[in-house]
Amino acid sequence: MKDIYDVIIIGSGPAGLASAIEAKKTGAMDVLVLERNSEAGGILPQCIHNGFGTVLFNKDMPGPSYAEYFTDEAEKYGINILTDTAVIDMTPSRHVYANNIISGFIELKGRAVVLAMGCRERTRAQIRIPGMRPAGVYTAGTVQRMVNIEGYMPGKRFVILGSGDIGMIMARRLTLERARVERVVEAMPYLTGLRRNYVQCLQDFDVQLDLGRSVIGVIGDKRVEAVKTVKVDESFFPLPGTEETIECDTLLLSIGLIPENELSLKAGIELDPLTGGPVVDDKMETNVDGIFAAGNAVTIYDVADYVSLAGYTAGKNAAIYAVKLKNNMIAYRHPNMIKITCGYNVRSVVPQYVSPETLSATGFTLGLRAQTPMEKNVLIEILAGPTVIKSYKENYVRPAEMIIKNIKPNEWFCPGIEELSVIEIRLIEME
Amino acid sequence: MGNLTEKKFDFIIAGAGIIGVIIARELSKTKNRILLIDKEADIGMGASSANSAIIHAGYDPIPGSLKAELNVRGNKLWEETASELEIPFKRTGSYVVAMGGTEFTMLEELYRRGITNSVPGLRILSRDEFLTREPLINHLARGALYAPTAGVIDPFTAVVAAAENAVTNSAVILTGTELKGLNLQDNKITGIKTNRGDFYTRWLINSAGVQADSIMHMAGVRPEFSIKPRRGEYLIFDASRISLNNVLFPVPTDKGKGTLVSTTVHGNVMIGPNSMEIDWPGSPDTTSEGLAEVLKNATRLVPSLKTSDVIAEFAGIRASGGDHRDFIIEIPQVIKGMINLAGIDSPGFASAPAIAERVMEFLIEAGEDLELRKDYNPRRVAPPCFHKLSHREKAELVRKNPAYGRIVCRCEEVTEGEVIEAIKSPAGARTYDGIKRRTWLGTGRCQGSFDYPRVIEIMSRELGIPVTEITKKGAGSELVLRHTKEKEAV
Amino acid sequence: MANNFKKKLICIRCPRGCEIQTSLDGHGAITSITGHFCKLGDDYIRSELTDPRRIVTTTVRVKNGPHPLLPVWTTKPIPRDKIFELIKLLGEIELEAPVSFNQIILEDIFKLGIDVRASKSMAKVSY
Repeated sequence: MKDIYDVIIIGSGPAGLASAIEAKKTGAMDVLVLERNSEAGGILPQCIHNGFGTVLFNKDMPGPSYAEYFTDEAEKYGINILTDTAVIDMTPSRHVYANNIISGFIELKGRAVVLAMGCRERTRAQIRIPGMRPAGVYTAGTVQRMVNIEGYMPGKRFVILGSGDIGMIMARRLTLERARVERVVEAMPYLTGLRRNYVQCLQDFDVQLDLGRSVIGVIGDKRVEAVKTVKVDESFFPLPGTEETIECDTLLLSIGLIPENELSLKAGIELDPLTGGPVVDDKMETNVDGIFAAGNAVTIYDVADYVSLAGYTAGKNAAIYAVKLKNNMIAYRHPNMIKITCGYNVRSVVPQYVSPETLSATGFTLGLRAQTPMEKNVLIEILAGPTVIKSYKENYVRPAEMIIKNIKPNEWFCPGIEELSVIEIRLIEME
Repeated sequence: MGNLTEKKFDFIIAGAGIIGVIIARELSKTKNRILLIDKEADIGMGASSANSAIIHAGYDPIPGSLKAELNVRGNKLWEETASELEIPFKRTGSYVVAMGGTEFTMLEELYRRGITNSVPGLRILSRDEFLTREPLINHLARGALYAPTAGVIDPFTAVVAAAENAVTNSAVILTGTELKGLNLQDNKITGIKTNRGDFYTRWLINSAGVQADSIMHMAGVRPEFSIKPRRGEYLIFDASRISLNNVLFPVPTDKGKGTLVSTTVHGNVMIGPNSMEIDWPGSPDTTSEGLAEVLKNATRLVPSLKTSDVIAEFAGIRASGGDHRDFIIEIPQVIKGMINLAGIDSPGFASAPAIAERVMEFLIEAGEDLELRKDYNPRRVAPPCFHKLSHREKAELVRKNPAYGRIVCRCEEVTEGEVIEAIKSPAGARTYDGIKRRTWLGTGRCQGSFDYPRVIEIMSRELGIPVTEITKKGAGSELVLRHTKEKEAV
Repeated sequence: MANNFKKKLICIRCPRGCEIQTSLDGHGAITSITGHFCKLGDDYIRSELTDPRRIVTTTVRVKNGPHPLLPVWTTKPIPRDKIFELIKLLGEIELEAPVSFNQIILEDIFKLGIDVRASKSMAKVSY
């Protein structure tokens, strides 16, 4: 263990590994990745389904294969990945404290740190499903891990709450492992995951999908015996008289992902209430100097390739920061960062800040999510005050698919852009 | 828990809630052989692990009642008990908050009642004085009754600590053991029948909570009395989103103390309970109406409570005596060899050490030899709590025992070492929930999502049983039904 | 007059998921395809109606590795009606670590010229 590393990266998933590799390529010498699981790859080892690599490698492959591409590359670059190591504390001055059974409790210092610890799942308690506390209520990711890594099958008859991609993928997975998926229940009036997953995961296996319904009770004392569902209106209020009891022994919750932010909070990082993750600029730097963040720890993505692209940005800039620090220089932060705000139908954007210099000289990658679906032609409008300085046409926007735009230098331009403090993005349905 | 070879005991205690374990601890100081049984898969699975966690000051019970006397006495005794057993206990003081003039006059009555009950240090605070102490309180608050001796405790640790100390001093605890009947001779109890066979005893102590009535009826005691179970629901909030300095009560009504707003020893704001008579068993744990009621009552005191900050909910069942409002603590006349404890609802937890003291007094009066053993050890050392240690202490602990180097629950920072300790300690856990109650894992923002597969693996290894036998809370609540590639039985 | 069947399918070639309407005549030949945004949709309907195929990703038991299961996949889509048969075949296999990345687990399944391959490498772990 060294006294100080150039870049310490927390998490070895698609964001962490990409950060590490790019940091090394950019000139950081000592790069250390900390992974709490016993193997590298973050969440990827349990994502055995395909859909990875389509953007970066022009190939479609399963999660573990995507992870292996990156771990092979990391090995080539001599990047040290410390597994079985959980980071439990971090300070704004980039002291990182981690726990490991062999090295013990270790104190590390990074010139720069990249937060890439991914996300956690929304739980039953957070949506307060009443009922008893029987065995058999799990979040989808936990069951995905148990079924694909440890080989435990926690139930025979499942009801899945939430039609997001994880829920649908687990519906298929459980069916292939000879369990029975009784129903997928979704409170929204529309599918919240990709349509192709509806076909490949539900329709193919005759799994019934109930839209506009929610689970309002868990029945069973020692073990789940059934769940009670009800039709809900647009405000998610239950409509009396529409109750149904579905017999099952396991309730799988696929009700949303939230960026992990315990460490971010400990390091004094400002969070964005719209994403749940840190506020970052186009360099993926947080408000704390030298602490960068990328991937699901910043905002929830749906394509791992874009997570890795964000990781490349974070890693590159973390390395630049670290090298400057080593040479007793201060990394430059533009004094007039422009805040990117969410206008009509925009749920969240990343990054939340961009510098005028980036807009004119280097360009950056923007990720934005729609609040509600718009199925007709949509205009993404970039506004400086009342003026639309740029617009993009999309065939549709859906919350399930993050819109990624590579903004080239001067693509967003207006006179006096250096003095701008706010740029607003909004989505307009075209007639 | 416990071995089955010994069959003869001097005292058998039925019900391992806080009352049962504290009595077991007291009796284990003596030269008698003690057996504590509970029908659940773990100790303390009833109201003792699902309550307000408050050691009340004692102004609320009716003067002259057992509740009044034992609450105030118990409150005092908890200091020493918590210290000897290393139970987290903080004398935070409590406030009964009056909204408006009428409620403010009721404070005076409570104050007088408290004085009659010999509650020390009671004071009525004016609006201004109170507002400086609790900035989050509703600004319509008119004043408060301050009781400095009230405190918050870790209720399940209290149960485990007392049980561990009892076992260390050679009491035997058998879980999964249900009292099915009594063996009598000449109207004296000579033993009990259980699902695990018969046991001989000279005394049976009934501390069975919600089932105390069934047991006393087996002995023909108080046939007209029945427990009326009442459910109380609670919500727990994210510690990083809201924090409170104090324990706040509304002005009580005849239904009870009302919905309090307090901070647990773990630092989370907790609100509850409501009070709903229920059919038991079979009644749901938490209900949307109940939780809504709790939230509505609590926001009257602290308007900034938000549902989006809730991280957990739970309910407890009070063993209320119905119209019989006071504790029943007696040696019944109609049978020999029984101590009957029933209707121990609030302030049961606060009164527990005093109830045990009273039971010991009864036994001495009845001619029992309660001489202390020479090798009796009153102290119980708490196992290491990783996240509470300083960086240096953490490093030292991991160096000594590498199992503390693996984090199993990332939200609450609980390590494998603590899970192993929870299994291996006297009165250790054999269920997932038992580990959860002892280590606090799975109670944070991810509610077990991260730790489940890891804990299952550790439990299988440490208990030497296949993963398919690991349960959440006893038989019927298995967590893994089969391995994924196993051919299912046709 | 020949019968006219109408079918509605969601295309899975890209995330857009166009709802495509197709009409078939009495012999099952396609008479019209509407609602697709691009040619991929047209392709998809034609193949889905005659020879629906899916990629299968699953796990296989493995001995002496760090985990009891190895993720595997078919690399190319196989006929949909062969999925459960494949799962059954894979269920009978127990591999032994080490396994190399992309190692063939089952060769030329159902004589389709498609192999089931390892999605990752797995080292041997001695206990």
